[in-house]
Amino acid sequence: MKQASFETLHASEWSAFERLLEDDRRAPRQEGDFPRLYRRVCQHLALARDRAYGPDLVDRLNALALRGHRVLYGAEGMRRNRLAEFFLRQLPRMVREERATVLTAALLFFAPLALVALALQRYPDFVAYLLSPRELADLQRMYDPANPHPGVRAADSNVLMFAFYIWNNVKIGFQTFAGGMLLGLGTLYYLVLNGLQIGAAAGYLTQIGYGVPFWSFVAGHSAPELTAIVLSGAAGLRLGAALIAPGRLTRRAALAAAARRAVQLVYGAAALFTFAAFVEAFWSPLGIVPAHVKYAVGAVLWSALLAYLGLLGGRYAR
Amino acid sequence: MVLDTAHEVPTPEGIDIALRPAGPLARASAWLIDTLLRLGILLAVWIAAGLLGKFGLALTLLSAFFLEWLFPAWCEVRWNGATPGKKALGLMVVHDDGTPVRWPAALTRNLLRAVDFLPLLYLFGFVAMCASRDFKRLGDFAAGTLVVFRPALGGSHNVPPAPALAPARPLSLAEQRAILDFAERSATLTAERAAELAEIAGPLVGAAHGAAATERLIGIANHLVGRQ
Repeated sequence: MKQASFETLHASEWSAFERLLEDDRRAPRQEGDFPRLYRRVCQHLALARDRAYGPDLVDRLNALALRGHRVLYGAEGMRRNRLAEFFLRQLPRMVREERATVLTAALLFFAPLALVALALQRYPDFVAYLLSPRELADLQRMYDPANPHPGVRAADSNVLMFAFYIWNNVKIGFQTFAGGMLLGLGTLYYLVLNGLQIGAAAGYLTQIGYGVPFWSFVAGHSAPELTAIVLSGAAGLRLGAALIAPGRLTRRAALAAAARRAVQLVYGAAALFTFAAFVEAFWSPLGIVPAHVKYAVGAVLWSALLAYLGLLGGRYAR
Repeated sequence: MVLDTAHEVPTPEGIDIALRPAGPLARASAWLIDTLLRLGILLAVWIAAGLLGKFGLALTLLSAFFLEWLFPAWCEVRWNGATPGKKALGLMVVHDDGTPVRWPAALTRNLLRAVDFLPLLYLFGFVAMCASRDFKRLGDFAAGTLVVFRPALGGSHNVPPAPALAPARPLSLAEQRAILDFAERSATLTAERAAELAEIAGPLVGAAHGAAATERLIGIANHLVGRQ
Protein backbone atom coordinates (compact mmCIF):
# COMPACT_ATOMS: atom_id res chain seq x y z
CA MET A 1 0.00 0.00 0.00
CA LYS A 2 1.25 3.47 -0.86
CA GLN A 3 1.85 5.86 2.02
CA ALA A 4 -0.74 8.33 0.75
CA SER A 5 -3.56 5.78 0.73
CA PHE A 6 -2.44 4.45 4.12
CA GLU A 7 -2.72 7.96 5.50
CA THR A 8 -6.15 8.69 4.03
CA LEU A 9 -7.40 5.29 5.18
CA HIS A 10 -6.46 5.81 8.86
CA ALA A 11 -6.43 9.58 9.25
CA SER A 12 -9.80 9.63 11.01
CA GLU A 13 -8.67 7.09 13.64
CA TRP A 14 -5.50 9.08 14.36
CA SER A 15 -7.35 12.35 14.76
CA ALA A 16 -9.96 10.65 16.98
CA PHE A 17 -7.11 9.32 19.13
CA GLU A 18 -5.50 12.75 19.22
CA ARG A 19 -8.78 14.30 20.39
CA LEU A 20 -8.98 11.77 23.23
CA LEU A 21 -5.41 12.65 24.22
CA GLU A 22 -6.17 16.37 24.14
CA ASP A 23 -9.12 16.46 26.53
CA ASP A 24 -8.82 16.38 30.30
CA ARG A 25 -5.65 14.54 31.18
CA ARG A 26 -6.73 13.38 34.59
CA ALA A 27 -9.73 11.31 33.45
CA PRO A 28 -9.23 7.55 33.69
CA ARG A 29 -8.66 6.05 30.26
CA GLN A 30 -8.79 2.33 30.85
CA GLU A 31 -12.18 2.07 29.23
CA GLY A 32 -14.09 3.28 26.17
CA ASP A 33 -12.41 3.81 22.83
CA PHE A 34 -9.02 4.77 24.20
CA PRO A 35 -7.31 1.37 24.53
CA ARG A 36 -8.67 0.19 21.17
CA LEU A 37 -7.50 3.27 19.30
CA TYR A 38 -4.14 3.11 21.10
CA ARG A 39 -3.60 -0.45 19.91
CA ARG A 40 -4.55 0.58 16.38
CA VAL A 41 -1.95 3.35 16.48
CA CYS A 42 0.67 0.87 17.71
CA GLN A 43 -0.18 -1.45 14.85
CA HIS A 44 0.02 1.40 12.35
CA LEU A 45 3.39 2.47 13.76
CA ALA A 46 4.75 -1.05 13.29
CA LEU A 47 3.39 -1.16 9.72
CA ALA A 48 4.71 2.29 8.85
CA ARG A 49 8.19 1.37 10.06
CA ASP A 50 8.19 -1.97 8.33
CA ARG A 51 7.04 -0.50 5.04
CA ALA A 52 9.57 2.34 5.36
CA TYR A 53 6.98 5.08 5.02
CA GLY A 54 8.27 8.64 5.37
CA PRO A 55 9.97 9.76 8.60
CA ASP A 56 7.26 12.38 9.19
CA LEU A 57 4.54 9.77 9.37
CA VAL A 58 6.66 7.45 11.51
CA ASP A 59 7.52 10.31 13.89
CA ARG A 60 3.90 11.34 14.18
CA LEU A 61 2.73 7.80 14.93
CA ASN A 62 5.63 7.34 17.37
CA ALA A 63 4.60 10.52 19.20
CA LEU A 64 0.96 9.39 19.30
CA ALA A 65 1.92 5.94 20.58
CA LEU A 66 4.19 7.44 23.24
CA ARG A 67 1.51 9.80 24.50
CA GLY A 68 -1.02 6.98 24.54
CA HIS A 69 1.44 4.74 26.36
CA ARG A 70 2.01 7.41 29.01
CA VAL A 71 -1.71 7.79 29.58
CA LEU A 72 -2.60 4.11 29.53
CA TYR A 73 0.29 2.65 31.53
CA GLY A 74 1.25 5.67 33.61
CA ALA A 75 -2.16 6.08 35.22
CA GLU A 76 -2.13 6.58 38.97
CA GLY A 77 -3.64 3.79 41.00
CA MET A 78 -7.19 4.25 42.15
CA ARG A 79 -6.52 3.56 45.84
CA ARG A 80 -7.57 6.31 48.18
CA ASN A 81 -5.84 7.38 51.39
CA ARG A 82 -2.40 6.61 50.03
CA LEU A 83 -0.83 8.96 52.57
CA ALA A 84 -2.54 7.32 55.54
CA GLU A 85 -1.75 3.89 54.13
CA PHE A 86 1.89 4.86 53.82
CA PHE A 87 2.35 6.21 57.34
CA LEU A 88 0.15 3.68 59.13
CA ARG A 89 1.40 0.55 57.42
CA GLN A 90 4.06 0.85 54.77
CA LEU A 91 6.64 2.95 56.61
CA PRO A 92 6.81 0.91 59.85
CA ARG A 93 6.89 -2.29 57.79
CA MET A 94 9.70 -0.94 55.66
CA VAL A 95 11.69 0.05 58.75
CA ARG A 96 11.32 -3.47 60.15
CA GLU A 97 12.18 -5.11 56.84
CA GLU A 98 15.30 -2.98 56.65
CA ARG A 99 16.11 -3.47 60.32
CA ALA A 100 19.67 -4.60 59.65
CA THR A 101 20.37 -1.37 57.78
CA VAL A 102 18.48 0.77 60.29
CA LEU A 103 20.33 -0.76 63.24
CA THR A 104 23.68 -0.28 61.49
CA ALA A 105 22.85 3.37 60.92
CA ALA A 106 21.74 3.69 64.56
CA LEU A 107 25.01 2.17 65.74
CA LEU A 108 27.08 4.47 63.52
CA PHE A 109 25.25 7.46 64.96
CA PHE A 110 24.64 6.58 68.61
CA ALA A 111 27.98 4.87 69.33
CA PRO A 112 30.12 8.00 68.72
CA LEU A 113 27.47 10.09 70.46
CA ALA A 114 27.50 8.00 73.63
CA LEU A 115 31.26 7.42 73.61
CA VAL A 116 32.07 11.11 73.38
CA ALA A 117 29.43 12.13 75.92
CA LEU A 118 30.79 9.60 78.43
CA ALA A 119 34.44 10.28 77.68
CA LEU A 120 33.93 13.99 78.36
CA GLN A 121 32.81 13.24 81.94
CA ARG A 122 36.21 11.71 82.60
CA TYR A 123 38.40 13.88 80.33
CA PRO A 124 36.66 17.29 80.06
CA ASP A 125 39.51 18.93 78.13
CA PHE A 126 38.92 16.61 75.19
CA VAL A 127 36.00 18.83 74.15
CA ALA A 128 38.49 21.29 72.67
CA TYR A 129 39.17 18.79 69.88
CA LEU A 130 35.49 18.62 68.94
CA LEU A 131 34.00 22.09 69.35
CA SER A 132 35.47 25.52 68.69
CA PRO A 133 35.72 28.06 71.53
CA ARG A 134 32.93 30.02 69.90
CA GLU A 135 30.60 27.03 69.83
CA LEU A 136 31.43 26.35 73.47
CA ALA A 137 30.62 29.94 74.42
CA ASP A 138 27.33 29.76 72.48
CA LEU A 139 26.38 26.52 74.21
CA GLN A 140 27.21 27.99 77.60
CA ARG A 141 25.07 31.03 76.97
CA MET A 142 22.12 29.10 75.56
CA TYR A 143 21.91 26.55 78.34
CA ASP A 144 22.85 28.79 81.24
CA PRO A 145 20.47 27.80 84.07
CA ALA A 146 19.77 31.54 84.49
CA ASN A 147 18.44 31.77 80.90
CA PRO A 148 14.62 31.82 81.01
CA HIS A 149 14.35 30.41 77.46
CA PRO A 150 16.95 27.68 77.28
CA GLY A 151 18.11 26.46 73.88
CA VAL A 152 17.37 29.64 71.94
CA ARG A 153 19.06 32.97 71.59
CA ALA A 154 16.69 35.39 73.30
CA ALA A 155 16.18 37.47 70.17
CA ASP A 156 14.81 34.69 67.95
CA SER A 157 11.11 34.01 67.58
CA ASN A 158 9.64 30.52 67.66
CA VAL A 159 8.45 30.68 64.06
CA LEU A 160 11.88 31.70 62.87
CA MET A 161 13.48 28.83 64.77
CA PHE A 162 10.95 26.43 63.24
CA ALA A 163 11.87 27.61 59.74
CA PHE A 164 15.54 27.36 60.60
CA TYR A 165 15.20 23.79 61.89
CA ILE A 166 13.36 22.75 58.71
CA TRP A 167 15.85 24.45 56.43
CA ASN A 168 18.89 23.14 58.28
CA ASN A 169 17.93 19.73 59.69
CA VAL A 170 15.94 18.38 56.77
CA LYS A 171 18.73 19.51 54.47
CA ILE A 172 21.24 17.52 56.53
CA GLY A 173 18.90 14.53 56.41
CA PHE A 174 18.68 14.75 52.62
CA GLN A 175 22.44 15.10 52.32
CA THR A 176 22.93 12.08 54.56
CA PHE A 177 20.73 10.10 52.15
CA ALA A 178 22.42 11.46 49.02
CA GLY A 179 25.85 10.67 50.47
CA GLY A 180 24.98 7.01 50.02
CA MET A 181 25.72 7.41 46.30
CA LEU A 182 29.40 7.84 47.20
CA LEU A 183 29.60 4.13 48.09
CA GLY A 184 27.98 5.00 51.41
CA LEU A 185 30.94 7.13 52.50
CA GLY A 186 28.98 10.40 52.53
CA THR A 187 26.34 8.81 54.74
CA LEU A 188 28.98 7.40 57.06
CA TYR A 189 30.55 10.84 57.35
CA TYR A 190 27.30 12.63 58.24
CA LEU A 191 26.18 9.96 60.71
CA VAL A 192 29.45 9.88 62.62
CA LEU A 193 29.94 13.65 62.45
CA ASN A 194 26.43 14.36 63.78
CA GLY A 195 26.93 11.77 66.50
CA LEU A 196 30.22 13.36 67.56
CA GLN A 197 28.83 16.90 67.59
CA ILE A 198 25.68 16.06 69.54
CA GLY A 199 27.66 13.86 71.93
CA ALA A 200 30.22 16.63 72.49
CA ALA A 201 27.54 19.22 73.28
CA ALA A 202 25.69 16.85 75.61
CA GLY A 203 28.86 15.69 77.37
CA TYR A 204 30.27 19.17 77.76
CA LEU A 205 27.08 20.74 79.14
CA THR A 206 26.52 17.88 81.56
CA GLN A 207 30.10 18.08 82.74
CA ILE A 208 29.98 21.81 83.49
CA GLY A 209 26.73 21.33 85.42
CA TYR A 210 24.26 22.69 82.85
CA GLY A 211 22.73 19.25 82.46
CA VAL A 212 19.19 20.04 83.55
CA PRO A 213 18.53 22.92 81.12
CA PHE A 214 20.12 20.95 78.29
CA TRP A 215 18.50 17.56 78.80
CA SER A 216 15.08 19.05 79.51
CA PHE A 217 15.36 21.14 76.34
CA VAL A 218 16.27 18.26 74.07
CA ALA A 219 14.08 15.61 75.73
CA GLY A 220 10.96 16.52 73.75
CA HIS A 221 12.30 16.55 70.21
CA SER A 222 15.05 13.99 70.69
CA ALA A 223 12.87 11.04 69.70
CA PRO A 224 11.68 12.27 66.28
CA GLU A 225 14.90 14.09 65.42
CA LEU A 226 17.42 11.38 66.26
CA THR A 227 15.20 8.73 64.67
CA ALA A 228 14.97 10.87 61.54
CA ILE A 229 18.76 11.10 61.36
CA VAL A 230 19.00 7.32 61.70
CA LEU A 231 16.36 6.74 58.99
CA SER A 232 18.10 9.10 56.54
CA GLY A 233 21.33 7.30 57.34
CA ALA A 234 19.72 3.91 56.75
CA ALA A 235 18.39 5.12 53.39
CA GLY A 236 21.87 6.28 52.39
CA LEU A 237 23.52 3.06 53.58
CA ARG A 238 20.99 1.11 51.49
CA LEU A 239 22.18 2.92 48.36
CA GLY A 240 25.82 2.43 49.31
CA ALA A 241 25.31 -1.27 50.01
CA ALA A 242 23.64 -1.76 46.62
CA LEU A 243 26.66 -0.18 44.92
CA ILE A 244 29.26 -2.13 46.90
CA ALA A 245 27.53 -5.53 46.98
CA PRO A 246 24.84 -5.69 44.30
CA GLY A 247 24.37 -9.43 44.74
CA ARG A 248 22.95 -11.16 41.69
CA LEU A 249 21.82 -7.95 40.03
CA THR A 250 23.84 -5.55 37.94
CA ARG A 251 24.98 -2.51 39.94
CA ARG A 252 22.57 -0.39 37.98
CA ALA A 253 19.56 -2.60 38.71
CA ALA A 254 20.57 -3.07 42.35
CA LEU A 255 20.87 0.68 42.80
CA ALA A 256 17.45 1.35 41.28
CA ALA A 257 15.84 -1.35 43.41
CA ALA A 258 17.54 -0.06 46.58
CA ALA A 259 16.51 3.53 45.81
CA ARG A 260 12.85 2.55 45.47
CA ARG A 261 12.94 1.24 49.04
CA ALA A 262 15.30 3.85 50.45
CA VAL A 263 13.20 6.76 49.30
CA GLN A 264 10.37 5.52 51.52
CA LEU A 265 12.67 5.77 54.53
CA VAL A 266 13.46 9.31 53.38
CA TYR A 267 9.75 10.18 53.33
CA GLY A 268 9.57 8.93 56.92
CA ALA A 269 12.69 10.86 57.92
CA ALA A 270 11.37 14.08 56.37
CA ALA A 271 8.06 13.74 58.22
CA LEU A 272 9.86 13.07 61.51
CA PHE A 273 12.22 16.02 60.97
CA THR A 274 9.23 18.29 60.42
CA PHE A 275 7.53 17.00 63.57
CA ALA A 276 10.79 17.43 65.50
CA ALA A 277 11.10 21.01 64.24
CA PHE A 278 7.61 21.77 65.60
CA VAL A 279 8.42 20.33 69.00
CA GLU A 280 11.84 21.96 69.13
CA ALA A 281 10.50 25.38 68.16
CA PHE A 282 7.28 25.54 70.16
CA TRP A 283 7.53 23.09 73.08
CA SER A 284 11.18 22.61 74.03
CA PRO A 285 11.97 26.29 74.81
CA LEU A 286 8.96 26.76 77.12
CA GLY A 287 10.65 27.95 80.31
CA ILE A 288 7.61 27.62 82.53
CA VAL A 289 7.28 23.85 82.05
CA PRO A 290 9.16 22.04 84.84
CA ALA A 291 12.01 19.78 83.79
CA HIS A 292 10.42 16.55 84.98
CA VAL A 293 7.34 17.20 82.78
CA LYS A 294 9.62 17.64 79.79
CA TYR A 295 11.44 14.40 80.61
CA ALA A 296 8.10 12.62 80.87
CA VAL A 297 6.95 14.01 77.51
CA GLY A 298 10.25 12.93 75.98
CA ALA A 299 9.87 9.43 77.37
CA VAL A 300 6.31 9.21 76.07
CA LEU A 301 7.42 10.32 72.59
CA TRP A 302 10.28 7.82 72.54
CA SER A 303 8.00 4.92 73.54
CA ALA A 304 5.29 6.00 71.11
CA LEU A 305 7.76 6.29 68.22
CA LEU A 306 9.43 2.97 68.95
CA ALA A 307 6.07 1.25 69.34
CA TYR A 308 4.91 2.80 66.06
CA LEU A 309 7.95 1.65 64.12
CA GLY A 310 8.10 -1.70 65.89
CA LEU A 311 4.49 -2.80 65.89
CA LEU A 312 2.29 -1.03 63.37
CA GLY A 313 1.35 -2.34 59.95
CA GLY A 314 1.67 -6.06 60.49
CA ARG A 315 3.82 -8.08 58.12
CA TYR A 316 4.07 -8.38 54.40
CA ALA A 317 2.51 -11.61 53.22
CA ARG A 318 5.33 -13.82 52.01
CA MET B 1 22.23 3.06 13.49
CA VAL B 2 25.18 2.68 15.83
CA LEU B 3 25.49 6.38 16.58
CA ASP B 4 21.81 6.91 17.23
CA THR B 5 21.01 7.82 20.84
CA ALA B 6 17.36 6.75 20.64
CA HIS B 7 16.14 4.82 23.68
CA GLU B 8 13.63 2.19 22.65
CA VAL B 9 10.82 1.29 25.02
CA PRO B 10 9.17 -2.04 24.26
CA THR B 11 5.45 -1.94 24.96
CA PRO B 12 3.00 -4.78 25.67
CA GLU B 13 1.60 -4.20 22.18
CA GLY B 14 4.81 -5.59 20.73
CA ILE B 15 6.19 -2.35 19.34
CA ASP B 16 9.15 -0.22 20.35
CA ILE B 17 8.46 3.43 21.03
CA ALA B 18 11.49 5.62 20.41
CA LEU B 19 12.50 8.22 23.01
CA ARG B 20 15.22 10.80 22.43
CA PRO B 21 17.36 11.30 25.56
CA ALA B 22 18.57 14.87 26.01
CA GLY B 23 22.29 15.57 26.23
CA PRO B 24 24.28 17.64 28.74
CA LEU B 25 23.95 20.94 26.86
CA ALA B 26 20.14 20.98 26.70
CA ARG B 27 19.90 19.86 30.31
CA ALA B 28 22.42 22.42 31.53
CA SER B 29 20.43 25.17 29.78
CA ALA B 30 17.25 23.95 31.44
CA TRP B 31 19.03 23.87 34.79
CA LEU B 32 20.27 27.43 34.29
CA ILE B 33 16.74 28.69 33.59
CA ASP B 34 15.41 26.84 36.65
CA THR B 35 18.17 28.16 38.88
CA LEU B 36 17.65 31.76 37.77
CA LEU B 37 13.92 31.34 38.27
CA ARG B 38 14.42 29.91 41.76
CA LEU B 39 16.78 32.72 42.69
CA GLY B 40 14.28 35.25 41.31
CA ILE B 41 11.42 33.81 43.36
CA LEU B 42 13.60 33.67 46.45
CA LEU B 43 14.68 37.27 45.98
CA ALA B 44 11.05 38.36 45.56
CA VAL B 45 10.03 36.48 48.72
CA TRP B 46 12.99 37.94 50.59
CA ILE B 47 12.14 41.50 49.59
CA ALA B 48 8.41 41.09 50.28
CA ALA B 49 9.14 39.31 53.55
CA GLY B 50 11.49 42.09 54.65
CA LEU B 51 8.39 44.01 55.64
CA LEU B 52 7.32 41.25 58.00
CA GLY B 53 10.40 41.15 60.23
CA LYS B 54 11.23 37.81 61.83
CA PHE B 55 8.16 36.14 60.40
CA GLY B 56 9.37 37.25 56.98
CA LEU B 57 12.79 35.75 57.58
CA ALA B 58 11.10 32.50 58.57
CA LEU B 59 9.12 32.60 55.34
CA THR B 60 12.31 33.16 53.35
CA LEU B 61 14.05 30.19 54.97
CA LEU B 62 11.08 27.91 54.31
CA SER B 63 10.89 29.10 50.68
CA ALA B 64 14.60 28.48 50.25
CA PHE B 65 14.13 24.94 51.51
CA PHE B 66 11.15 24.17 49.29
CA LEU B 67 12.63 25.75 46.18
CA GLU B 68 15.91 23.92 46.63
CA TRP B 69 14.65 20.42 47.37
CA LEU B 70 10.97 19.95 46.61
CA PHE B 71 10.00 22.45 43.90
CA PRO B 72 11.69 20.63 40.97
CA ALA B 73 10.24 17.28 42.02
CA TRP B 74 6.81 18.84 42.43
CA CYS B 75 6.99 20.36 38.94
CA GLU B 76 8.08 17.08 37.40
CA VAL B 77 5.21 15.17 38.96
CA ARG B 78 2.52 17.77 38.32
CA TRP B 79 3.53 19.35 35.02
CA ASN B 80 4.02 16.42 32.70
CA GLY B 81 7.58 15.74 33.76
CA ALA B 82 8.93 19.24 33.23
CA THR B 83 10.26 22.02 35.43
CA PRO B 84 9.87 25.47 33.83
CA GLY B 85 13.39 25.23 32.42
CA LYS B 86 12.77 21.80 30.95
CA LYS B 87 9.50 23.02 29.48
CA ALA B 88 11.31 25.92 27.81
CA LEU B 89 13.85 23.53 26.28
CA GLY B 90 11.20 20.99 25.26
CA LEU B 91 12.42 18.33 27.71
CA MET B 92 10.58 16.04 30.06
CA VAL B 93 11.45 13.47 32.70
CA VAL B 94 10.04 9.97 32.24
CA HIS B 95 10.57 6.60 33.87
CA ASP B 96 12.85 4.26 31.94
CA ASP B 97 9.74 2.61 30.47
CA GLY B 98 8.43 5.92 29.13
CA THR B 99 5.63 6.36 31.67
CA PRO B 100 5.19 9.73 33.43
CA VAL B 101 7.46 10.23 36.42
CA ARG B 102 5.84 9.95 39.87
CA TRP B 103 6.79 11.04 43.38
CA PRO B 104 9.24 8.31 44.43
CA ALA B 105 11.37 8.65 41.31
CA ALA B 106 11.05 12.44 41.09
CA LEU B 107 12.08 12.86 44.71
CA THR B 108 14.94 10.37 44.42
CA ARG B 109 16.48 12.08 41.40
CA ASN B 110 16.09 15.55 42.90
CA LEU B 111 17.50 14.66 46.32
CA LEU B 112 20.46 12.93 44.70
CA ARG B 113 21.22 16.12 42.78
CA ALA B 114 23.34 16.93 45.85
CA VAL B 115 25.76 14.18 44.78
CA ASP B 116 25.65 15.00 41.08
CA PHE B 117 26.66 18.55 42.02
CA LEU B 118 29.91 17.35 43.62
CA PRO B 119 32.77 18.23 43.61
CA LEU B 120 31.58 21.43 41.95
CA LEU B 121 29.08 22.49 39.30
CA TYR B 122 27.69 19.04 38.52
CA LEU B 123 31.01 17.48 37.58
CA PHE B 124 29.95 14.01 38.78
CA GLY B 125 26.65 14.38 36.98
CA PHE B 126 28.39 15.47 33.80
CA VAL B 127 30.84 12.57 33.86
CA ALA B 128 28.01 10.11 34.53
CA MET B 129 26.01 11.56 31.62
CA CYS B 130 28.92 11.29 29.24
CA ALA B 131 29.66 7.74 30.33
CA SER B 132 26.10 6.45 29.95
CA ARG B 133 24.19 5.64 26.81
CA ASP B 134 21.07 7.56 27.78
CA PHE B 135 22.77 10.65 29.28
CA LYS B 136 21.82 9.69 32.82
CA ARG B 137 23.22 11.52 35.79
CA LEU B 138 23.66 9.62 39.06
CA GLY B 139 20.20 10.60 40.30
CA ASP B 140 18.68 9.24 37.10
CA PHE B 141 20.42 5.89 37.61
CA ALA B 142 19.03 5.53 41.12
CA ALA B 143 15.55 6.78 40.25
CA GLY B 144 15.33 4.84 36.98
CA THR B 145 14.47 7.96 34.99
CA LEU B 146 15.41 9.55 31.68
CA VAL B 147 15.31 13.13 30.49
CA VAL B 148 14.02 13.07 26.92
CA PHE B 149 12.99 15.52 24.27
CA ARG B 150 9.24 15.93 24.10
CA PRO B 151 8.38 13.97 20.93
CA ALA B 152 8.09 16.15 17.85
CA LEU B 153 4.88 15.74 15.91
CA GLY B 154 6.78 15.60 12.63
CA GLY B 155 6.14 17.65 9.52
CA SER B 156 8.40 20.57 10.33
CA HIS B 157 11.17 20.06 7.82
CA ASN B 158 13.36 22.84 6.63
CA VAL B 159 14.28 21.37 3.27
CA PRO B 160 15.32 23.90 0.61
CA PRO B 161 12.68 23.83 -2.16
CA ALA B 162 13.69 22.15 -5.42
CA PRO B 163 11.94 20.09 -8.08
CA ALA B 164 10.97 16.77 -6.47
CA LEU B 165 12.77 13.67 -7.70
CA ALA B 166 11.65 10.11 -6.98
CA PRO B 167 14.52 7.86 -5.82
CA ALA B 168 15.51 5.03 -8.14
CA ARG B 169 14.65 2.41 -5.48
CA PRO B 170 12.59 2.34 -2.25
CA LEU B 171 14.57 3.74 0.68
CA SER B 172 14.73 2.41 4.22
CA LEU B 173 13.63 4.63 7.07
CA ALA B 174 17.22 5.30 8.15
CA GLU B 175 18.18 6.24 4.60
CA GLN B 176 15.22 8.57 4.32
CA ARG B 177 16.16 10.26 7.58
CA ALA B 178 19.78 10.62 6.46
CA ILE B 179 18.75 12.28 3.21
CA LEU B 180 16.35 14.65 4.97
CA ASP B 181 19.02 15.59 7.50
CA PHE B 182 21.47 16.20 4.69
CA ALA B 183 19.02 18.46 2.84
CA GLU B 184 18.24 20.41 6.01
CA ARG B 185 21.90 21.03 6.72
CA SER B 186 23.02 21.64 3.14
CA ALA B 187 22.53 25.40 3.58
CA THR B 188 25.17 25.47 6.32
CA LEU B 189 27.76 23.45 4.38
CA THR B 190 30.16 24.72 1.75
CA ALA B 191 29.23 23.63 -1.77
CA GLU B 192 32.34 21.41 -1.96
CA ARG B 193 31.63 19.65 1.33
CA ALA B 194 27.95 19.19 0.38
CA ALA B 195 28.95 17.64 -2.93
CA GLU B 196 31.49 15.39 -1.23
CA LEU B 197 28.80 14.11 1.15
CA ALA B 198 26.20 13.75 -1.61
CA GLU B 199 28.52 11.59 -3.68
CA ILE B 200 28.65 9.06 -0.83
CA ALA B 201 25.04 8.22 -1.68
CA GLY B 202 26.49 6.39 -4.74
CA PRO B 203 23.85 4.78 -6.93
CA LEU B 204 21.16 7.16 -5.63
CA VAL B 205 22.79 10.11 -7.32
CA GLY B 206 23.78 7.97 -10.31
CA ALA B 207 26.61 9.29 -12.37
CA ALA B 208 26.16 12.84 -11.08
CA HIS B 209 29.15 14.55 -9.48
CA GLY B 210 29.72 17.79 -7.61
CA ALA B 211 26.85 20.26 -7.45
CA ALA B 212 24.68 17.96 -9.57
CA ALA B 213 24.87 15.25 -6.89
CA THR B 214 23.82 17.73 -4.19
CA GLU B 215 20.92 18.84 -6.36
CA ARG B 216 19.74 15.29 -6.90
CA LEU B 217 19.77 14.46 -3.18
CA ILE B 218 17.89 17.67 -2.35
CA GLY B 219 15.43 16.73 -5.07
CA ILE B 220 14.92 13.34 -3.42
CA ALA B 221 14.48 15.07 -0.05
CA ASN B 222 11.75 17.21 -1.61
CA HIS B 223 10.07 14.06 -2.81
CA LEU B 224 10.30 12.56 0.69
CA VAL B 225 8.58 15.51 2.36
CA GLY B 226 5.79 15.13 -0.15
CA ARG B 227 6.44 18.09 -2.47
CA GLN B 228 5.52 17.61 -6.13
